[in-house]
Parts: sequence; structure tokens; C-alpha cells
Amino acid sequence: MARIAGVDLPRDKKVEIGLTYIFGIGRATALAILEATGVNPAQRIRDLSDADVARLRAEIERAHKVEGALRTETAMNIKRLMDIGSYRGIRHRRGLPVRGQRTHTNARTKKGPRRAIAGKKKVTK
Amino acid sequence: MARSVKKGPFVQDALLDKVTAMNARSEKRVTKTWSRASTILPEFVGHTFAVHNGNKFIPVYVTENMVGHKLGEFAPTRLFRGHVAAKSDKKAGGVGKK
Repeated sequence: MARIAGVDLPRDKKVEIGLTYIFGIGRATALAILEATGVNPAQRIRDLSDADVARLRAEIERAHKVEGALRTETAMNIKRLMDIGSYRGIRHRRGLPVRGQRTHTNARTKKGPRRAIAGKKKVTK
Repeated sequence: MARSVKKGPFVQDALLDKVTAMNARSEKRVTKTWSRASTILPEFVGHTFAVHNGNKFIPVYVTENMVGHKLGEFAPTRLFRGHVAAKSDKKAGGVGKK
């Protein structure tokens, strides 16, 4: 069982993919880590030696911000925007898109499920 | 695309001159400005700017962690008063009208 940064890695996947189960590590970072540690990316997680796992762990610890620390950092960045009262912070506060997207339609990812508008006629065929 | 580092941050020349003059005499006065695109420099910290939002001037007191942002980010140009309430004023009770 390979456990890195508080995450259990899937045993049957290649290391290259398995590392991306850690928050903050995508394909590019995974490959960079493997390059730095000299672990074969095509190897399966279950075939990793304990020494390999230890080296991966050390490398991630050394050079990458992952999981909790990364989440905290993002949350702090957003909080800073909200505290200084900038436009972006206000958009975060209101749960609207921050980067100038249209809100006339779409923007459902940020706004969540549609709320029924009282008094609006429903179109029926 | 981000601005080239070579050019440095954009600040309206007149605005920078004004702030430098105020800093030299170590006084604080509200500075009216239309230059929403000006970057907030460390020298601006502690000053208050009246930033134009297209209609009137919004007072912006600059703090340390505003550095690097633009003045316009702190003077919203749009006013959203909410949507028109339903004709029958029963919004609190049931919104579910199908």
C-alpha cells in the first residue's frame, strides 16, 4: 500500500497516473517528479519498492505544495481578494464568475442549479 | 496576456507625480483620479484616492495588500439592485410556482 501525502494511491495504475490522485499533482507534475526520482513512469504502483515510495514522498515534500497546504493557500488567496474589497473578491462573495464571463445565460457552474423565478410563465407546447 | 516586466507597472504619470509630491511633504490628501487602469504601487499605501466609476468618485483607502492591483478594481462600475420582485408579494413563502 503506497500512501503519499495522506492519499492512498490506486494499486493497479501506472505511477505516472497514480500520482495524479494527489491534489496538486497533474500529469506534468507527476512526470517531473518521476524524472527527478528516477522511477519508471510505466511501473504499476503495487510494484513500487518501499525505497521508491520513500523517494517519491521526499521529492513531493521537497518541491511541491499538495493537498491541505495547497487548499489552504488557494483559500487564503481568495480570502485576501474578498478582504480588500476588490472586484474579483466581490464576485467570489456573490458566487458569480470572476473572470468576466457572461452571466445572462450559462455560468451555472458558479451559480449552481437554476432557481425558479416567481411569476415567470412556463413555456408549454 | 500579462504585461511585459520590462515596461514596469503602468501608472498614470500625473498620478505618480502627485503621490510623490505628497509623500515628499508627508501629507495626505484625497486624490481625485479617473485613471482606473493605474497600478497601485507600494508608495500609494496609506493614501486615499477618489476613483471615478463613470458616475461619481468612490473613495478608496489603499492598504498594503492592495499593492499590484489596479485602482479601478476597487470602484465598481455597475450597480445591481436585485431583480424585480414578483407581482404577488409572496416571495418569502413559496417560490415554487410551476
